[in-house]
Amino acid sequence: MVTLTLPYRQGELEGIRAGDEVVISGVLYVGRDQVHKRLYEAIASGKPLPFDFCGNGIYYMGPSPAPEGWPIGAAGPTTSARMDPYTPCLMEHGLRLSIGKGPRSEDVRLACQRTASVYLQAYGGCGALYGRTVRKVENVAYPELGPEALIRLTVEDFPAICIIDSRGRLLGI
Amino acid sequence: MRLCLAVEAALVEAVRVLPPDVEAALRRAQEREDGEYAKLALSHILEDIDIARSSPLPLCQDCGLFLVLVSLGRGCPMPVAEIEREVLEGCRRAVEKASYRRSAVSDPVYGRTNTGDNLPPVIHWELVDGDGLMVDILLKGFGSENCGGVRMLRPTEGEDGVVSAVVDMVRQAGGKPCPPMFLGIGLGGTMDRAALLSKKALVREVGRPNAQARYARLEERILEEVDRLGIGAGGLGGCNTCLSVAIETAPTHIAGLPLALSISCWADRKAHIEWREEWSH
Repeated sequence: MVTLTLPYRQGELEGIRAGDEVVISGVLYVGRDQVHKRLYEAIASGKPLPFDFCGNGIYYMGPSPAPEGWPIGAAGPTTSARMDPYTPCLMEHGLRLSIGKGPRSEDVRLACQRTASVYLQAYGGCGALYGRTVRKVENVAYPELGPEALIRLTVEDFPAICIIDSRGRLLGI
Repeated sequence: MRLCLAVEAALVEAVRVLPPDVEAALRRAQEREDGEYAKLALSHILEDIDIARSSPLPLCQDCGLFLVLVSLGRGCPMPVAEIEREVLEGCRRAVEKASYRRSAVSDPVYGRTNTGDNLPPVIHWELVDGDGLMVDILLKGFGSENCGGVRMLRPTEGEDGVVSAVVDMVRQAGGKPCPPMFLGIGLGGTMDRAALLSKKALVREVGRPNAQARYARLEERILEEVDRLGIGAGGLGGCNTCLSVAIETAPTHIAGLPLALSISCWADRKAHIEWREEWSH
């Protein structure tokens, strides 16, 4: 088992291998379909990005509303494949860590290899389990997207598995 | 208790607690699993089930679109417009009370503006014999819904054609629909009827076979062949790709064999509300 504290330090992602169980603590940015479209458009038109890609990771997720006394509701991963068209571009621009569920395209695997990026899979459907790892939630950008807005989480002991490592190796099942 | 309160109570529960048949199937899957990663995925799934049951957190953040199947007895004394109003009100109240994620958008192509209340539900009405009323509601998550589909098979393709179409669609889905999955298959009718039958099949209790022996055998055969794909829990391999296959059928045209597949993720959340005498007053 590998523990990963975010933001990660230089060289840290290279130590994670496909098949490793990874337990994450620290800061995690959250965005899904519409956020990806907007980040992609911002890069294409040379506009500033809403957060620093360097050292940070993105988690594909759209939470349910927080019940009273909780920072967030259910907070499990969404299907990564829908972000595939945008992911290589974001990796080229420094967003080297992504977390979601399910398989990725060959393009994403090649982009991981090219940019030494890592794709981790969180356990699909486990919304309550991941909701319980969240300590803090902050709004970052695009609040008009509702449950799809770009937010920043502080998490503790968030479990995942490395599916594609920084050398482009895929977890062989 | 009004119908709307019965709907509300059932949906407040369903978003956090799985039906006993679904949970039992997942526990059996964990017992027989020996793939290292799949076992890990299943143990996280079982932990999620325990956390959701004992906290206010939904099982999954995708609380789904409400897919409502109403079986209305032809002799039911409750007016249909009132049933519709009560079902809608029950859905609305549950969304508020149980912190459902608002996942509904008002237009599929333009704007995609969130409706803000997770409504409207998709409602299907079926008239049946008797004077009762049954309301089944699926909390249909879209990770799995996106992996379903319709195939218009040739009428001569028969059983083998059905099996290979379903296996092909599940292979395409891979780990995307949050396996272990539950499959609902509709055969016959028209394209739309087959799709509706596939949802009706998902409502059936897990492990209860089709009443016709030949379709019960077909369900078993599909389950075996789908499991042979080795997708497994969390898409991480192992022997638990699918935990149940249910087939519903209808008469069809000489020129066709419509097939529809609906997939449910492991969090196969559903609510069931039955007629109560007090609603007749």
